[in-house]
Amino acid sequence: MLKLTSLVAVAVAGILLTASHVPAARPASVDIKDFRYGPAMLTVPVGAQVTWTNHDEESHTITSATGAFGSAGLSHDETFTQTFARPGTYAYFCALHPQMRATIVVR
Amino acid sequence: MDRMDRRGFLQCAAWTGAAVMWTAAGGVLSSRVVTPASAMEAPAGAFSFVQISDTHIGFKGQANADAAATLQQVIDRVNALPTRPAFVLHTGDQTHGQKAGAFDTVAELLKGVKTERTFYVPGEHDVFLDGGKEYLERYGQGTVGGRGWQSFDYRGTHFIGLVNVLKYKGEGMGSLGDEQLEWLAKDVAALGSSTPIVVFSHVPLWAVYPAWGWTTEDAERALGGLRRFGSVTVLNGHIHQVLQKVEGTVTFHTAMSTAFPQPAPGSAPAPGPMKIPEAEARRMIGVTEVAYVPGRQPLAIVDSTLG
Repeated sequence: MLKLTSLVAVAVAGILLTASHVPAARPASVDIKDFRYGPAMLTVPVGAQVTWTNHDEESHTITSATGAFGSAGLSHDETFTQTFARPGTYAYFCALHPQMRATIVVR
Repeated sequence: MDRMDRRGFLQCAAWTGAAVMWTAAGGVLSSRVVTPASAMEAPAGAFSFVQISDTHIGFKGQANADAAATLQQVIDRVNALPTRPAFVLHTGDQTHGQKAGAFDTVAELLKGVKTERTFYVPGEHDVFLDGGKEYLERYGQGTVGGRGWQSFDYRGTHFIGLVNVLKYKGEGMGSLGDEQLEWLAKDVAALGSSTPIVVFSHVPLWAVYPAWGWTTEDAERALGGLRRFGSVTVLNGHIHQVLQKVEGTVTFHTAMSTAFPQPAPGSAPAPGPMKIPEAEARRMIGVTEVAYVPGRQPLAIVDSTLG
């Protein structure tokens, strides 16, 4: 019984360890659909590349609220990639439809 | 000047099958389907002009594979009018997201319109990338301080072109700004209240649907100064469909796009281009012709589609 418990503990630790590595191992992506960024808030590790894909027929942009980064108008199926080298909270919006807003958190 | 004659009205009506003519006289507005019985001879001195909007050159998608081709078809329709329009108003979104070469394509196509002159106001698609630099280099000349807004008189009617897309942030709605509003107040100050006014801008100057940004936050400040006039017509684009509203002596009208239709306010999850069969789409894109008859103050707005 004691042996079984420790096995479970090891298994749980293994899952946690894997989970903590997932954001770095998997490319981060944001999908634009129906005039929304999904997810609206995305947390990534320092140095991560985030790629946006526009699934709408209408063009959208990824425009930093502070001017730190920005895309041109993305047509249907076009992508934009940005690398986040420093920790921080990065708010962005669509310059064509400014009611579309979202955030990237880098830490 | 040519006049909008009976035949002209009939042809306009034939395009859509159900053209609606709006007539504003002394602040009282009425509408009727244009039929042979209702098409009337217009007195000499009348003139007409055409509104083209939301050409979105550079757009390519299921809603329209070739926005330049549909613009050309609209231009052919304008050139086939029995009454040559005195001028053309382009109410913005010439380009789709300032795609490279799009301004050139629009300019080249519009050279083919048989009219004296074309006046422009920008849409957000024309200015969002560079804050209006390219647009104003091309169309700023002759506007107030090169900023894009302007007014002119034509046969006793005062036309005002306003820019409401250069401060397109915040809640995502159009905005005119203090500077332009102050200019507007001065611009109309000396005009008699009987002067017919036509205002044109890209984003509607009334709250069509704020949740989709289809409104101008400080429009009321502009309209407040125009309420003393007996006849005010406000022409907008942006929402790619015909909507009309009457508020006292002010008539609001939005134009169709020449490129693709957008859904009615709130009828879809988002205001994206509508993907519908081509034949159906052609009934939802087109051009607006406005006929003005001095003296009696009636103003007839006829929307014509490609289908």
